[in-house]
Amino acid sequence: MRRLVVTDPELCVGCMSCMFACSRRFGVAGLAKSAIYVRSIGGVERGFTVIVCRACKDPPCVVVCPTNALRKRKGGGVIFDCGKCIGCGNCVEACPFGAVQWDFEENKPVICVHCGYCVNYCPHGVLAIEEVGE
Amino acid sequence: MSNMKLFDPYLSRVLYIDLTRKRYWVENREDIFEEYMGGVGVATKLLQEELPRNADTLGAENVIVFAVGPFNGVYPIASKTVAMFKSPLTGNLGESHAGGRSSIAIRMAGYGAIVIKGASDIPIYLAIHGEKVHFKDARALWGVRSTYTIGRVLREREPGSGYRTIMRIGRAGEELVRFASVVVDSYRHFGRLGLGAVMGSKKLKAIVISGKRTIPIPNKPKYREIYNKIYKAAIESPAMKKYHDYGTPVNVLQLNALGALPTKNLMTTKFEGAEEISGEKLAETKLARRVACAHCVVACIHIAAIREEYPHEKFFYTVRYVSYDYEPIYANGSMLGISDSEGLIRVLEEIEVQGLDAMSTGVVLAWATEAYMRGLISKEDTLLDLKWGDWKNYIQAIRYIVKQPNEFYKTLALGVEEAAKKYGGLEFALSFGRNEMPGYHTGPGCHLGWLIGARHSHLDNAGYSLDQKLLSKGLPTPEEYIDSLMKEEAWRQVLTSLVICLFARGIYKPDIVAEALNATGYEYKVDDILNIGWKIYKNKYKLKLELGFDPLKLRIPRRVLEVPTPHGGISEEYMKRAITYFSQKIKKFLES
Ligand code: SF4
Ligand code: SF4
Repeated sequence: MRRLVVTDPELCVGCMSCMFACSRRFGVAGLAKSAIYVRSIGGVERGFTVIVCRACKDPPCVVVCPTNALRKRKGGGVIFDCGKCIGCGNCVEACPFGAVQWDFEENKPVICVHCGYCVNYCPHGVLAIEEVGE
Repeated sequence: MSNMKLFDPYLSRVLYIDLTRKRYWVENREDIFEEYMGGVGVATKLLQEELPRNADTLGAENVIVFAVGPFNGVYPIASKTVAMFKSPLTGNLGESHAGGRSSIAIRMAGYGAIVIKGASDIPIYLAIHGEKVHFKDARALWGVRSTYTIGRVLREREPGSGYRTIMRIGRAGEELVRFASVVVDSYRHFGRLGLGAVMGSKKLKAIVISGKRTIPIPNKPKYREIYNKIYKAAIESPAMKKYHDYGTPVNVLQLNALGALPTKNLMTTKFEGAEEISGEKLAETKLARRVACAHCVVACIHIAAIREEYPHEKFFYTVRYVSYDYEPIYANGSMLGISDSEGLIRVLEEIEVQGLDAMSTGVVLAWATEAYMRGLISKEDTLLDLKWGDWKNYIQAIRYIVKQPNEFYKTLALGVEEAAKKYGGLEFALSFGRNEMPGYHTGPGCHLGWLIGARHSHLDNAGYSLDQKLLSKGLPTPEEYIDSLMKEEAWRQVLTSLVICLFARGIYKPDIVAEALNATGYEYKVDDILNIGWKIYKNKYKLKLELGFDPLKLRIPRRVLEVPTPHGGISEEYMKRAITYFSQKIKKFLES
């Protein structure tokens, strides 16, 4: 299995290229469908923080989902079943990194699938895909 | 093309805000977005509709239009927002572009353009979060010393971190300095032509905009394919790498070597301290971080750190950040004879704190220094010694321009043209169409470009770049030169309607633009796009003439004819012939 890793946020220039890439997985533009989120640490001069699913082995978001829309993924992280999700937002609250983004158009969470599409669009080597075994 | 429908219904939504009545409404303007795409094309049209031609530039009747276009939020390096208004510096058409997160935030909030009219009775700021527009009390923010503080306060107070833009004015805008800027996010600006003063006159301290949405795409595989093509071209382009490595200041040494770097109010074109203030040197000694505008892979924004020990507290340091670019370095470095890079960065910091246009500020101070040296003004006027390289006094002079403690600084705050009219020295007052000069003395093309360009900016038609390309070939006839400048300006109307950053103009060639538009639902062919460019150019110039512009009344500063360029001296006859030809050509063009 593979997972997405943030190798060094100090190299991040805040271009949002990865965020646009993530929405573009579905062939659309804009930002509503992006699972990755980059913002400055209180002013761009202080640098950026890159917030995305860390592929937890024991993910807290799974535990709080009342409808089992989230289940554990091999290699860490979760698999999201949209059909079961009622949009309660518990998972957003549960993630201590704030890594569950919210799609306001669908009223559903956006969960990183660790596909690595964004990695190809980070021009500054901030993101990488890593082999993690089962 | 005629029955084309926009694929993204949100792009054509125009948010109208009336500051006098504190009301807002949204209109769907598919008509103009279909015809002019967005950006400069749409903003010109909206200004034509809304602006009383005789409006007092600092009165409630002036109008501000912000516009984005079909490429913002869709393709890389489409990162700019266009602002149009009537300029309090020139009294004519004002146009300024800014990056940061502004264009993404406006498009993600669900608008293609924002029109701001009227004036508030009390200082306010606007918080636009998607559909909701709030008029918020800014009385406590008015008078705050630094634009940095305003940014920090609004960052904490308003939601939308990462998806928002924060535009604000400084004390300069409040005090109606005619070349006050609007600071956008950290370190980008609507710098030129005094938008800051227009906001100040409307008692509009800041605008926060945020949003997040999907932009639908009709041809998904095609979209991804053309996206990849543009992306690849961007990251592989050597020009882009150069701007990422050193930023725009990479031009300092190049122009200096050419003998085209305006120095000490353009008394000369080579600066003995160029090395010290070059992009290379600053990268080595001052650079703290490079950042990007939203959706830009280049990341040309270079931020320097000032590390300063407190005089009475050993081991206690302040670390402050300031961005630097070629134009501010030219205007406040070589033009003011400042070769101390630390001093230069501090001058730029003061300009940022006060919210001034760095280019106009430097040019105004350069004129004042020469006028002082020649005895046209005295210490009674300037209140301090103005001397090339004395950055400490320049910092104080910048504060005076904003505070305006006497008649002299009141006049200086009106721009260099007004100051020279009153105190003399018009022959070395470096303004074009009343806008202070950009940092090139490359040949006749740059100066012609600023004279005839719709916003008197080096970005109108890039005469400076044509000059350099022509170095080996020699100059064409004045008529041919005007033809190529106009052609380039027409094409730039397209790029600035999409709205891309002009650094990416080498990538966004007409065929790529057409392909990229097609994938997003526009049925334009290359010819259609070129025609739109000419149509926008025409609208703009029509408005410009209605606002009182007359090419035959343009003043060519004597100084630019006296100091040789890499093409040798510029002949007055060449310039006159070019302008006469232009004025006839534009007249015919507008009648066609
Ligand atoms: S790995 Fe895939 S799903 Fe996760 S943030 Fe990147 S593009 Fe989005
Ligand atoms: S693409 Fe890379 S540099 Fe750009 S915001 Fe994402 S992580 Fe940062």
